[in-house]
Amino acid sequence: MQRYNVVRLIREGLSGHKGWQPAWRKAEPKPSYDAVIIGGGGHGLATAYYLAKLHGMTNIAVVEKGWIGGGNSGRNTTIIRSNYLYDASAALYNHALTLWKDLSRELNYNIMMSHRGVLNLAHDEGEARQLKRRVEANRLNGVQAEWLEAKEVKAFCPPISVAADARYPVIGATLQRDGGVNRHDAVVWGFARAASDMGVDIIEQCEVTGIDTDKDVITGVRTTRGTIATEKVACVTAGHTSVIAGMLGLRLPIESHPLQALVSEPLKPVLPCVVMSNAVHVYMSQSSKGELVIGAGIDPYLSYTQRGSFDIIEHQMAALIELFPFVSRVRMMRQWGGIVDVCPDASPIISKTPVKGFYVDGGWGTGGWKATPGSGHALADLVANDEPNAIAAPFTLERFVTGNLVAEHGAAAVAH
Amino acid sequence: MFVISCPYCGARDQSEFSYGGEAHIARPEWREDMSDAEWADFVFMRSNPKGVLAERWVHSAGCRRFFNMLRNTATDEILAVYKIGERAPEVQAKLPATPCGEAPIGSGNDAVKVMQPGEAE
Repeated sequence: MQRYNVVRLIREGLSGHKGWQPAWRKAEPKPSYDAVIIGGGGHGLATAYYLAKLHGMTNIAVVEKGWIGGGNSGRNTTIIRSNYLYDASAALYNHALTLWKDLSRELNYNIMMSHRGVLNLAHDEGEARQLKRRVEANRLNGVQAEWLEAKEVKAFCPPISVAADARYPVIGATLQRDGGVNRHDAVVWGFARAASDMGVDIIEQCEVTGIDTDKDVITGVRTTRGTIATEKVACVTAGHTSVIAGMLGLRLPIESHPLQALVSEPLKPVLPCVVMSNAVHVYMSQSSKGELVIGAGIDPYLSYTQRGSFDIIEHQMAALIELFPFVSRVRMMRQWGGIVDVCPDASPIISKTPVKGFYVDGGWGTGGWKATPGSGHALADLVANDEPNAIAAPFTLERFVTGNLVAEHGAAAVAH
Repeated sequence: MFVISCPYCGARDQSEFSYGGEAHIARPEWREDMSDAEWADFVFMRSNPKGVLAERWVHSAGCRRFFNMLRNTATDEILAVYKIGERAPEVQAKLPATPCGEAPIGSGNDAVKVMQPGEAE
């Protein structure tokens, strides 16, 4: 692999940038692999990376129906935090946060990880009590968290309106200082490059159309570029998890919804942190390019169309202008939708299935991006050892039968 | 955004309606030997198709009555509206060529081009 460093940058700069190599190989599908990962998003590529790096499984393939970074990885708002209420979630998301911190160095790829802090606003007494409780729970789990009163919120993030007569008065907020944002393309490109370097085949424009089994044991996958024999298939296609599992006749506790986001024209730095508001269903950060990146709650109906409906955007903008009056004069440049698959308890599934050799990583709902390396790390462990590790164990499919849910819907400070 | 034809009030903007989830999920008859898995299937498991879905909507800012609808979730095309208690009508829908593929129009994702076997890149 061509290392990226300042010496090479200077050398390439002086020679017209003609010596750069592609970041990963364009692989053709081989007849068989030890494992096939369906889905070349952040989670799928992270899984491949950790399978190769930590478990020595390099004869594996990642198959992606579009191109790397063209699906949900390119459609999220890249917010990183781990301030979840329950122990199981805190373990998972904080593990991911720990991995994020060193990922640029590890991948030799600048993922532009910016630990600028994440504010979760409280607009009424009930919400404030709930958020303070979460701060305490976070601290017990080793998750960085603190409570800010309104004037401290204003000091930390000056553009917020904390007027007492506001429609949604800000009475305080939780702050996770090591939360932040990163660069979605860089993450998938970095993982793809590092995985490819260790021998993982990354096969783009290759859609899975069927999965072959023999007596409930995986034997291979059928794709638009031919059949691949394998004993292990990991389905990492959040958004389309039910469709892939449906090829095996599996029903999952998942419904897919559009989740919309939009960006403004680029501005000079105006917003120093990530701001989320549960009650008014909006969250905003500013990208390094200067665009305000704004996300909403999900559209309420099940759909695979990556658009969403206008009334959601309208509701979100109305709330945003209340919180940040200056935004009323900012033009919005692009709007899009991604498909999120939502579990009834708003927690993901990292699990074996009744079909031997078929693993599911999905149901991340509206918050999968922050978990990317943690999810890949846990799933790689599951695929290699056929047993979930301590982090993945609470997120099995069986929890919907036993009732042992990780019910983060109201607790996760997520604008669901 | 859709315009939804309420069977009682006629065509109205979607923002007047609330979503009621997948239709025709019958609560199982109570039996003493009912397993947790059967109960989980009723409570949690959903078909979540990329294609024709029978779903419930309620006209919450209108007549406040529930009704059923058939919609193609790959395109959001509304295929039929029918009342609670009626059987779903037979409909034709334009489905994606491959299970995870995108419909020619209406999917919002024009970026993913599905490669067919033998097709050059």
